[in-house]
Amino acid sequence: MLEGLLIGLSTAFSISNLLMVIGGCLIGTFIGMLPGLGPMSIIAIMIPVAISIGDPSAAIILLAGVYYGAIFGGSTSSILINAPGVASTVATSFDGYPLTRQGKAGKALTVAAISSFAGGTIGAILLMGFAPALASVALLFHSAEYFALMVVGLSAIAAFAGTGQVSKALLMTVLGLVMATVGEGVLFNMPRFTMGIMDLQSGFGFITLAMAMFALPEALYLVLDPTRSGRSSGQGNEIKDLRITKEEAKSIAPVIGRQSIQGFLIGVLPGAGATIASFLGYAVERNIAPREEQEKFGKGSVKGLAAPESANNAACTGSFVPLLTLGIPGSGTTAILLGALIALNVSPGPRLMVDQPQIFWSVIISMYIGNVVLLILNLPLIPYIAKVLAVPRTFLIPFILFFTLMGAYIGQNNATELLILVGLGVSATILRFGDYPLAPLLIGFILGPMLEDNFSRAMQLYDGIGFIWERPMTLGLLALALALIFLPSYRASRARLKAQGVAEGD
Amino acid sequence: MTVFNMTRKTALAVFAASALSFAAPLQAAEQVLEKVHFLIPGGAGGGWDGTARGTGEALTGSGLAGQASYENMSGGGGGKAIGYLIENAESNHDTMMVNSTPIIIRSLTGVFPQNFRDLTLVSSTIGDYAAVVVGKDSPLNSMSDLVEAYKADPNGTAIGGGSVPGGMDHLVAAMVMEGAGADPVAVKYLAYDGGGKAMAALLSGEIKALSTGFGEAIELANAGEVKILGVTADERQDVYDAPTMKEQGIPVSFVNWRGFFAAPGLPEDKLAQFQKAIAEMYDTPEWEAVRARNGWANIHNSGDDFKVFLENQEQAIGDLMKKLGFL
Repeated sequence: MLEGLLIGLSTAFSISNLLMVIGGCLIGTFIGMLPGLGPMSIIAIMIPVAISIGDPSAAIILLAGVYYGAIFGGSTSSILINAPGVASTVATSFDGYPLTRQGKAGKALTVAAISSFAGGTIGAILLMGFAPALASVALLFHSAEYFALMVVGLSAIAAFAGTGQVSKALLMTVLGLVMATVGEGVLFNMPRFTMGIMDLQSGFGFITLAMAMFALPEALYLVLDPTRSGRSSGQGNEIKDLRITKEEAKSIAPVIGRQSIQGFLIGVLPGAGATIASFLGYAVERNIAPREEQEKFGKGSVKGLAAPESANNAACTGSFVPLLTLGIPGSGTTAILLGALIALNVSPGPRLMVDQPQIFWSVIISMYIGNVVLLILNLPLIPYIAKVLAVPRTFLIPFILFFTLMGAYIGQNNATELLILVGLGVSATILRFGDYPLAPLLIGFILGPMLEDNFSRAMQLYDGIGFIWERPMTLGLLALALALIFLPSYRASRARLKAQGVAEGD
Repeated sequence: MTVFNMTRKTALAVFAASALSFAAPLQAAEQVLEKVHFLIPGGAGGGWDGTARGTGEALTGSGLAGQASYENMSGGGGGKAIGYLIENAESNHDTMMVNSTPIIIRSLTGVFPQNFRDLTLVSSTIGDYAAVVVGKDSPLNSMSDLVEAYKADPNGTAIGGGSVPGGMDHLVAAMVMEGAGADPVAVKYLAYDGGGKAMAALLSGEIKALSTGFGEAIELANAGEVKILGVTADERQDVYDAPTMKEQGIPVSFVNWRGFFAAPGLPEDKLAQFQKAIAEMYDTPEWEAVRARNGWANIHNSGDDFKVFLENQEQAIGDLMKKLGFL
C-alpha cells in the first residue's frame, strides 16, 4: 500500500496534473453555480476534453476535480438565492438561505466551504484506508434495506413540522410523493398521471420543481414585499463577514465529524448516494440536537448547514468505493465517470488496485489536493461572491429570475418546462402565503421514486410485506426512522405540557 | 475584480474545450454532405446523445460532412422529437434523428402514436447484443443450469435488469426462457433504475441472474465479477469469447440497434447522400476511434434491409409482449 501511495503521490504532484486539478476545480465550481448544470452534465461536457488528453491518470484527475468543484459550486446558489441546482444541495438551502436572509451570507458560505472540505478530506482518508474492505459493505443492502433507508431519510421532514405545523408538513410531503408518481417510472412501462400532456411523460423535472418551490417564490416574495429585502442596506459589511465565532466552530466540529463518516458510508451504497446522505445527515443532526438548538433548524442554524454539506461531500467520495473496487456506478455521475474510464482503457474492478495502482492511487491523492485547492480558491473569493447580494433589488430580482428560468431550460432545451415552472412557482407562492412549508414537498418528491421502487422490488421478492420482519436490518432501520420521527415530537409535546402546566398553575 | 477574471478564464476554458472537441482537423475523405443536423430525442449525456455526437464527430472529422449541428429535444419518451420531425418535414431535409430499439417498443405500447413507418429510414449504424450473466460465485455455469433452476423454482429465480417491466432487458429474459421451452410469463423480473444498480443487486445476491447489454457485461467479466452464460448474437464475438444462446440450443437472437431516421417525404437524392456518407464512414479512422472509445459494435443495415430488420423485430417483440400481457 505504501508503495502504491508513493506512486500516486509522484503522479498526482506532477505540474501538469496539479494544473488539471486546479483547472477542473475552477471549471466545476463556476459552472456548478448555474442551477441547471449539475456535476453530471458538466462531466459529460468535459469528457471529450479529458479523453483528448490521453493519459488516463491526468484525465481522471481532471474529471474528479470537475466533480468536486461542481458539488461545491452547487451549494453556492442554494445558499445565496435559494436555488438548489442539484438534489444533494437541497438540504443545504434549508439553513443556508435563512442565514443569507439574516445577512450572514459570508458566514454561511464559509461554513459550507469548511464542511465540504472536511467531508471530502475525511472521505478520502476512509477511501484510502478501507476501500477494499468496504466493497462488501456496498453489497450488504438489498431493496428492502434501501426502502427502510429512504424512510429514515423521510424523517428529515420532522424538522419542518415544528410548532403545530405537523399536519401541514405531512400534507406537503404527501403532495411531493404524489407528484413523484407522474410520468414513466422504473416499474411501469406506461406513463402515469400525465393527463395526456406529452411533456409530463418523463415526470416533473427535479430542477424545475426545485426552482418552482424555492427560488421563484423567493423572487416573487421580494417583489410583493419590498421591506423583505431591506437587508441589503446597512448590512453590507456583515454579508461579506466570513468569521465564525469560537462557539459556532465548537458546535459544528462534532457535526462535521459525525456526518463525514455517516455520509461516506451512505455514499458507499450503490443505491443511496449524496442526496440521501444529505437528508439523513440533516435529519439525524436535527433530531439529536438539544431542544433549544433543534428549534433553530430551518431558521438559520450553522449546524443544519454543516451537516448536509459535510455529508454530501463525503458521500461523493464514498461513491468511488463501488466504482473503483467493483466497477459498479452508484449514481448517474459515477456512471458517466465509468464510461470515461472504460474509454481510457481502464477497467475498474477488484484488479484495478493491482494492475494499475498508479491510477487508483493518483485518483485518491488528487481528492486530497482537489479539496485543498477548493478551499484555497474559495475562501478568498467568498466576499466577492457574497457581494452579489448587495446588488440593488431592481437588478437582483431579474438576475434571480433569469438564473431560475435558465436553469430549468438548459437541461432539457424544452420551453414547456418554463410554463410548468411558472405555474408551479405561482402555486408554491400561494402555498407559502398560507404558511405551508415547501421543503417537505421537495423531500417527498426526491425520495418518492426510490421509496416506491425499492418497496415494490422487496414486495416482489418476498411476495408481500414479509421482508419487514424477515430481514433484521430492515426492521432495525424502520425502528430507527420511527424513533427519529417520534422522539422529538414526544419531547416537544412533553415540554409543551409542562409549560402549560406552569401556566395553569399560575 | 478577481471574481470577474476568474469567470472569464473559466468561460474561455470552456469555449476552448468545446472548440477542441468539435474541431474538424483534416479533410481526408471527399465531402458527401454539406451539412447535417442531428435531432436527439433525449437530453445531453444519454445514449442517443452519445451516438449522434459520436457519429457527427466522425463525419466531420473525416471530411464526409462539412459541418454538423445538434439539437436535444427530449419529452414524451422520444415522441416529441418524432412529432416535430413529421410536422416540420419540409424544413428538415438536412436533419437526421437518432433512435434505437425503444422506438419499436414504445410505439407498440402506445407511448407515442407514430411508428418507424411514418419516417424515412436511413440506416442502423451500431448495436449491442444482449447477455445473461450471473455472479462469479454462482453455482450456475450455463444457460441450461439457469433454465433448470428456473423450471424447478420460478419464484426463487429472480432475474433483474436495468429497464422497465416489458422493456428490453425483461423481453430478452422472457425470450430466452421461451426459447428454452420454459414459461416466459412466470419470469420474476425485477426492474432497476439502470444497469449499474441491477449489477449491484446481482453481486449482492438479491437477484439470481441479470439480463443486460453485452458491452456492459464484458467490462464486468473482464474484471472477474461475473460469468456470461449466453449472448444473443448469432456467432461468438471477437471482443469476448462467450457462448451464444443458439449453440446452447436456445434459438434466440436479438440486437439492440441504434440508427438514424429522416423526415417523411425526404427527396431520394438527399436520402442517398445520407446513406452514402454513413456507409463510407465505417472505413475512416475517425469512426474507428469513436467506435472503440464507446465500445460499440458496427451493425450496418441501410434502406430496405433496415426496413426488413425493423419489421422482423417489431413482429418478434410484439408477439412476446402480447404473450406477457403488456399489449
